[in-house]
Parts: sequence; structure tokens; C-alpha cells
Amino acid sequence: MPGQVAVTEGAFTWPSDSPRLLGSRCTSCNNHMFPAQDGCPRCTGTETERVELGTRGTLWTWTVQGFPPKAPPYIGDDNPLTFKPFGVGYVELPGQCKVEARLTEADPAKLKIGMEMELVFIPLKVDEDGNEIITFAFKPVES
Amino acid sequence: MTDVAIVGIGMHQFGRTEGVSGQDQGVVAVRRALADAGAKWEDMQFAFGGSLAAGAADTMVSKLGLTGLQFINVANGCATGGSALFSAYSTIQSGMFDVGIAIGFDKHERGAFRVATARSGPEGYYGASGLALTTQFFGMKINRYMQQYGITQNTLAKVAAKASRNGSLNPLGWRRKPLSEEEVLNSPMLSYPLTQYMFCSPAEGGVALILARADVAHKYTNKPIYLKAAVVRSRRFGSFEVLAPHLALEHGDGPTIDASKAAYEMAGMGPKDIDVAQLQDTETGAEVMHMAENGFCAHGEQEFMIQAGETEINGKLPVNTDGGCLANGEPIGASGLRQVYENVLQLRGDAGPRQVPNNPKTAYTHVYGAPGISGVTILSR
Repeated sequence: MPGQVAVTEGAFTWPSDSPRLLGSRCTSCNNHMFPAQDGCPRCTGTETERVELGTRGTLWTWTVQGFPPKAPPYIGDDNPLTFKPFGVGYVELPGQCKVEARLTEADPAKLKIGMEMELVFIPLKVDEDGNEIITFAFKPVES
Repeated sequence: MTDVAIVGIGMHQFGRTEGVSGQDQGVVAVRRALADAGAKWEDMQFAFGGSLAAGAADTMVSKLGLTGLQFINVANGCATGGSALFSAYSTIQSGMFDVGIAIGFDKHERGAFRVATARSGPEGYYGASGLALTTQFFGMKINRYMQQYGITQNTLAKVAAKASRNGSLNPLGWRRKPLSEEEVLNSPMLSYPLTQYMFCSPAEGGVALILARADVAHKYTNKPIYLKAAVVRSRRFGSFEVLAPHLALEHGDGPTIDASKAAYEMAGMGPKDIDVAQLQDTETGAEVMHMAENGFCAHGEQEFMIQAGETEINGKLPVNTDGGCLANGEPIGASGLRQVYENVLQLRGDAGPRQVPNNPKTAYTHVYGAPGISGVTILSR
């Protein structure tokens, strides 16, 4: 039966009732990295552990992708006639790091540096078997 | 330390040259540089050369002549040309050789750069999700900067209009049609707040520079231009760079600030001593931000300077006098060397209708690109 499949293994917990981004933490200096990596660019330490990152943060900066990205590497809609612009931004997760992600909002009038954002998961496309390919995004928190 | 002079310069037309490979554009640039220096290929004792997307440089010896010279390929992302120049400079300074050549060329497909990304593993999501675009970084960096320092969108349009005017005076440039600020602002929005005409495009072209020990420079030219500094720096922790899936919470200076400081120190000069500057203008916001990162003003002062025309050819600090990347396009391997080519013309007084007035004596170049790398040079007469 078709279902929802993660765009790649290892970037976030999937499938899960409450999926989270998977990063790593340097055990010597507490620097957080996403996606997870061995080796810390801050202190040059080599001991890191896997951590689930927070799901809420603030928008640090943003833009709107106004033209279809080239495919490959993009797997979403690259047809200029049907492509819909999407937001892209860095979301600052308190005490961890800033993560670059798609935003569910693409209207410049509705995006503001400093606004509250929360982690969501969105479909990029449906594959030949009918599965939805899922990636992560951030969505403005409704106040 | 041995002083190093640029004694010959050559450039192949930038833009699109159908049917001519990137490497062949490099060959044309080499032959023009040799003619400019009154030298022969067999006089070259060494070469450093490279491209990002147009193949290895060293195989061009089969066209230029199999003289047995030391030829080293350079591949260093957007600083490929700058790295070739740094290597040539250091080689002469070391006393190993007296005269040699730095070569950069490229030929890219149309449209935004296609970034090679991992297909699987934790990094695989990045390109697949539509995040591996250099254009997004530039949109995000200037968007935050505008809010922090009060830069307006009209100033971004003014930079593009200036580039197109300067480019219209450059016979080796690509885009030769002057654009109005309205045309720039009304072109399609590619990556908010940047419109199509605020971005440069990947392109084609080639540049070659012949360097020599200063004490033999007179053999080749009566107008030697001295290379006072050549610096390449990579990013440090905490800086905000292109194609970064995550950033640190803490902020650190970017590679441009580091490269710039090191270059001023090497040259024994400061920003106030510079008469003309070529600064990386991947898009107009980059030129604005790089003015401050290279020490020419405080953050936010660009708004006044650009509105007042201070960066025009006849202004206090002329910036991107040949039209920059915006008018010439960006053949990665050649782009940093194009900036130096332009500065040599300006310091020789040979820049024709785009000549900076009052006999400029010092000139500055700055290149920036993936994956967070900057190259700076300082030239003087």
C-alpha cells in the first residue's frame, strides 16, 4: 500500500508519530550540527553524539525561491508552468543551531525575521509506486 | 622579499561563445597575454591554471607548445583564479622562477549553477528538497542585512544600473545594454528581495596574467603593475556562507573580512589608500555588503554612498568599473582574474571610455564564492 517515505534516511526520524530532525552534539563544547556529522568544526573535537533537535524556533532570515530549481538534484516540481514559489529560511533553534529549511509560507508580506516557527513535514512529490516523498519544513506559528 | 610585477594581460570575450570550448578561450587569453608582454610561450617557466566546469588547464600545452614547463592545475571553487594568481605570486617570491603565467577559464550551462549534492545519506535531503541553490544564500544574506542596516531595494537597483552602464563601455564584456533602475526592479523576482537583473549569470570566458620578478619586468613592459598582496582565505566557525545546511548560533567574521585584513597588512596599506576596487557582485546585494566587509565603509553607510554616486567611475571609490560579474557573467575559473585584468588596465591608464580619472595608483580586487572562500589582491603602479 502506498505510504509516506522520507526523502533520505538519517536527516529526521521517520516514520514516527512526532518526527524530529536528527543532529549531532559535540560532547566537549556542546556545539550542535545538522545533519549529524562526526567531528566538531568549532573545537575540532572528535566525540559527537546523535541528538534530536527542537521543533520550535525563530526565523533568522528568509527568501522566496522564485524559479524551479534544477532537477537533479531537485525532485519536486521543476516545470516552469506549474512551479509554485516556496519560502526558504534559517530557523534558530534555541541552544542548538540555525537550520536551513523550506518554509510553508511563500508570501513576503507574511514572513518576518524573528517570527515563531514550528517543524512540519511536507510532500515533495509522489513517486512511481504512489508513495509521497516527505521532507521537513518550518511553518509560522499561528498566534 | 622579491617584488612581483604583472607584465602581460590577456582576456577572451566574456559571455557566450558558441562552438569554442572553455579551454580554447583560455588559450586565446594566454596568446593575448603573451602578445601584451612581448613574450613567447617558451619564455614561460611555470603556469598555474584552472576551471571549475571546463576541464583541466594543463592539457592546453598541446595547443600552446610542448615546452616542458611546470604546469600545475588549480581547483579551488570560486577562488580558482585567485588561487592560481596566489600560487604564481608565491612561486616568484620564493625565488624558484623569474616569469610565469596564471590562467583561468570556464564555460557553464545556462541558468543557476547546478550544485552537485549527495543523493543519499543524511545530506541527501538538501538538493532533493530544493535547498542547494547559491541564489538562496544571496537572497537570505541581503534580506537580513537590509533590515539590520537600512539598505533599500532602490539601492540594490542602482548597483545593477551602474553595472550595466559600466558594462556598456567594456568591449570584452557580455551584457552591453544599459538598464534603468525601473527595468531592474520590474524584472522577475528570483530570490526575494533580488530580481533577475540584480543577479549575474554563469557564463564563459578566459583570462591570463603573466607575472615576473620586478627586477626583470622591464624586459616585458614599460608599465609594470606591482602585485602588493594576494590572499585566499576559507571560512571560520560561525560565519554565514553559501550552501550551509546549518549555521552556528554564534557569529564569526566571514572569509572576506579575514582575507581583506591580511591583504591590507601584506601591502602596508589601508582601505583609504585604494583608488579603484573590483568587488564580488554575484548579485547587487553582494556588492553592497562587500564594500563594508572589505573595509571601505561601515555597515549601512553604503546606502548613502551609492545613492550619492560615490561608487561610479568618476566617484570617490569607483567599484566594478568593467561592469563586474553583473555585466560580464561569472565563468568561475576566470572571474577573479578578470577583476585583476581590469585593475591592470586602470592602473596603466588604458581603460579607455571607462578610465577612472586622476591617474589611479592603487587597485583592489575581491572574489567570493562556494564553499565560503575569498580571494583579495592589491595592485599598485
